[in-house]
Amino acid sequence: MNARIDDTDEARVDEGVEPGGGGRSRRRWRTVALVLAPLVLFALLLATGLGRDPRELPSELIGQPAPTFSLPRLDAGGTIDLGDLHGQVVVVNFWASWCVPCRQEHDALAAAWGRYRDRGVVVLGVSFEDTREAALEFRDELKGDWPLVDDPGSRTAIAYGVFGVPETFVIAPDGTIAAKTTGAVTYEWLTDEIEGALRAGNVE
Amino acid sequence: MPALVGTLSLALALALAVYGGTAAIVGARTGRPRVVESARTAAYSLFALVVVANLAMLAALLGNDFSLRYVASNSSRATPTFFKMLALWSADEGSLLLWNLVLGGYLAAVAFRFRRRRPETFPWALAVMFAISAFYLVLVLGPTTPFATLATAPLDGRGPLPLLQNHPLMAAHPPFLYLGFIGFTVPFAFAIAALITGRVSDAWMRVTRRWTITAWIFLTIGLVLGALWSYSVLGWGGYWAWDPVENVALLPWLMGTAFLHSVMVQERRGMLKVWNLSLIVGTFALTVLGTFLTRGSILASVHAFAESIVGPLYLAFLTLVLLGGFGLIAWRRESLRAEATFDTPLSRESVFLGNNVLLLVLTFTVLVGTIYPLLAEAVTGGKVSVGSPFFNRNTAPVALLLLFLMGIGPLLPWRAASLSAVMRRLQIPAWAAAVTAALLALTGAGGVAVIVFGLAAFVAAATVGEMARGVRAQRRAHGTSVGAAIGAAVARNHRLYGGLVVHLGLIVAVVGVSWSALEDRSSEVTIARGQIVPAEGYDLRYEGLTTRDEPQRRVLVAELAVLDPETGDEVVRLQPSLNLYPSASEPIGTPSIRTGTPFNGMVDLYASLVTVENDTRASFRFFVNPGIGLLWLGGAVMALGGIVAAWPTRPRAARATGPEHVAEHREEVTV
Amino acid sequence: MSGRTRSFVVIAAAIAVVALAALIASGGSGGHGTLDERVHQIGAGLRCPVCLNLSVADSPSPLAGEMRTEIEAQLRAGRTPEQIRAFFVDRYGEWILLSPPRHGWNLLPWAVPIVGMLAGVAIWVALVRRRAPRTNGAVTETEHRRIEHQLTDLEERG
Repeated sequence: MNARIDDTDEARVDEGVEPGGGGRSRRRWRTVALVLAPLVLFALLLATGLGRDPRELPSELIGQPAPTFSLPRLDAGGTIDLGDLHGQVVVVNFWASWCVPCRQEHDALAAAWGRYRDRGVVVLGVSFEDTREAALEFRDELKGDWPLVDDPGSRTAIAYGVFGVPETFVIAPDGTIAAKTTGAVTYEWLTDEIEGALRAGNVE
Repeated sequence: MPALVGTLSLALALALAVYGGTAAIVGARTGRPRVVESARTAAYSLFALVVVANLAMLAALLGNDFSLRYVASNSSRATPTFFKMLALWSADEGSLLLWNLVLGGYLAAVAFRFRRRRPETFPWALAVMFAISAFYLVLVLGPTTPFATLATAPLDGRGPLPLLQNHPLMAAHPPFLYLGFIGFTVPFAFAIAALITGRVSDAWMRVTRRWTITAWIFLTIGLVLGALWSYSVLGWGGYWAWDPVENVALLPWLMGTAFLHSVMVQERRGMLKVWNLSLIVGTFALTVLGTFLTRGSILASVHAFAESIVGPLYLAFLTLVLLGGFGLIAWRRESLRAEATFDTPLSRESVFLGNNVLLLVLTFTVLVGTIYPLLAEAVTGGKVSVGSPFFNRNTAPVALLLLFLMGIGPLLPWRAASLSAVMRRLQIPAWAAAVTAALLALTGAGGVAVIVFGLAAFVAAATVGEMARGVRAQRRAHGTSVGAAIGAAVARNHRLYGGLVVHLGLIVAVVGVSWSALEDRSSEVTIARGQIVPAEGYDLRYEGLTTRDEPQRRVLVAELAVLDPETGDEVVRLQPSLNLYPSASEPIGTPSIRTGTPFNGMVDLYASLVTVENDTRASFRFFVNPGIGLLWLGGAVMALGGIVAAWPTRPRAARATGPEHVAEHREEVTV
Repeated sequence: MSGRTRSFVVIAAAIAVVALAALIASGGSGGHGTLDERVHQIGAGLRCPVCLNLSVADSPSPLAGEMRTEIEAQLRAGRTPEQIRAFFVDRYGEWILLSPPRHGWNLLPWAVPIVGMLAGVAIWVALVRRRAPRTNGAVTETEHRRIEHQLTDLEERG
């Protein structure tokens, strides 16, 4: 009679207690655990979304050759062709007069321009979704003096994968995109990236 | 002053919530009804205090009290009074005040409803609702409190976001949505109470049935209003973008609809107990998930409120709800055994189960699609998008299947159907489908249109047929007029007829959605003043621009005449506009719409103004959208059906029973 | 029986008409669509970078308009929709596609409705066919074993 081997919890008989009592409790906890495990995972998954900026997007273009363009100047006559600037470090800054962070970064750009223009670095402002009048008013007000170009049809902005303004790209002397940032640039970022690009150019 | 009043009343409300929850539990466990009673009346006081807090904010807004950061950020002297009032809930912190108001209102309503007779689980349900109130009160008092003050009050406020003060519809959409979301708290609380106390009979469902339907009605209206707002205000010509925040509002609606159906199976047969408890926990959890995704700044969206640090709090609450709710169900598994089984696949129960399965498939599809970008980024670090093309393609087939079930469900009786009876009833609807399909095919419609509208005809005919059967039975039994028979039939069975009306409304809406999806067209045109340009089967003539200055904005209105290309007669004069707000970098467009009615072929003519060059030229987007009006009509009919279904009835004992009633019972499908 | 047969025939005939109509109706489609339609179709699959969650086809923003112009220009130049989509993906990343491309983890959201339907049908079948719940009085195997144990104990106690 004792030869029967029971392998389920429920079959265990406790003295005086309703059969399967202890086993039922353990089975309960097991069911509970089984149900709760995926939910905990779900909560953890959602938690990964905390602290991330949903609007921040990585750039595809870093290390790729910079898309060429030939754009009409806003502040003077003629056009600027990116190909002409090959061999120099070019800082391409997409901006607009209606964009508040563009005002905030203006000083940083001006300082970088002042410091590096003698070393052949070019700061180039590309107007994004703006009118000529508003753009020139902005320039007059803030007194920058690096070249500005217009981007009709935003074809260049699209070519650079621009989401909004301001976005700034640093192009190395070999024509590839060395760095990109969205939002107002800081002087530190500019100097870091420009120095890096200059060094890369000298090695070649 | 308003800040003080507001904060103080909210803090007192929080204290009451803690007191109420504790007292309810203590009173229940120690068997002291008076303690429970004090908790119940605390609900009234809590509601009153939250009303005071809301009024304080309203006063601050109307009184231009810019010492409050919220007022300074969301209102200005120039803002019209109506929109100042709207500012109460148009931004994140303020809408949390509205949320607490609605929650407090439901709490008070539950306290009132059960002031005399109440189920045994009532104290626990009350405690759960107090706990939930406490959470939202902590939020509104916490880091993003609307009553935060500024050190120095600015002279004028920034004004509401232009998009939120463009249109009065902003007034209606959030309140209805909140009444819907928060309404599901009531059945959830009673379900949890049942699980905690172990009294898992059907009482929790029966007691909260009307509350659930009411919440569903509000949520339906809220969703339709949201679509209407998107269509009439945002100017992109559509009404649903599968935006994450739209999706999270849809999820509880889908699961709540499933729940409304499966409770009927449990009521009749004692089956699907675990299923129903899981559904209500899931529905409530989805409403919390909705607030988390909307306010926790997790996903970028049209609605995304400003960066907020309360994400972790929402997540913690959601986790608690999920673990607590499903944990309790798993814990009580043994007591939730089904009392019966499905007799046959051909029964109303089985169709309801099928309805549930399909609705849950839809829910999970939309849920995974909405959350997937999060998952992808967590695992691969890259960002992906899941948008309209994905959702449309993956929900449409399931939705069509669901429609089919909606058609045959009411035709099947409970328990088991006799195949011949069912087939008899299917003949007319089947031929309604066939005739519709044939007509469409012969008039050059596409394959998709044939299937979709054929199916719609099937469901409509089946639904109307069921209604007619019941009315006919009444007439035969009583010999009354059609009108009286309808009244009598509905009075005997609110739920059935209300449900059938909801189904009809849904079919109307589906026809509208499908028609516009298949046949809408648009184009962009640039027109010089006085010039006529053909577009989408009409001729468009730009008549000129007028400027209107309002205190908070400047409005540029373009006159666009839409002409019949053959006769040259003006079909309608549309006036799309651009609104220039000082705080906005780009103008906000307001579209101009000629609504489709049965008299003009049910076609919306829709124009939005893209750019203007002084008075000389303007660019427009011109849309021809058929069937949109059916969407609004369908939504209204669904809400009406819900009201019929939820309508209070006299207790059964009061109704007479006699030989003449036996005849009705024979024909009638007992619901 | 003949009543049921007649109903069956009527319904079957109706279904046949619907199927035939669908067949006829879908035969009439095909063709490339106009340039505008093709721009719209490609645009509907791309996400507008500046507005949240709208497609390039739907979005009223100026950048979307310029992207539509870009798409049109590329179509005129003879590029295929795949090439045009790749153009945008190269610049904006896979994020720009409104439908996640079907590879790797992205298969998950695509799989959900299919797997869901299969699971759902399985659940439906399982529940509808479930027979004899415990309360019906049938004795399960575990209960059987329990009873045997108790009987054994009783026997031992004499």
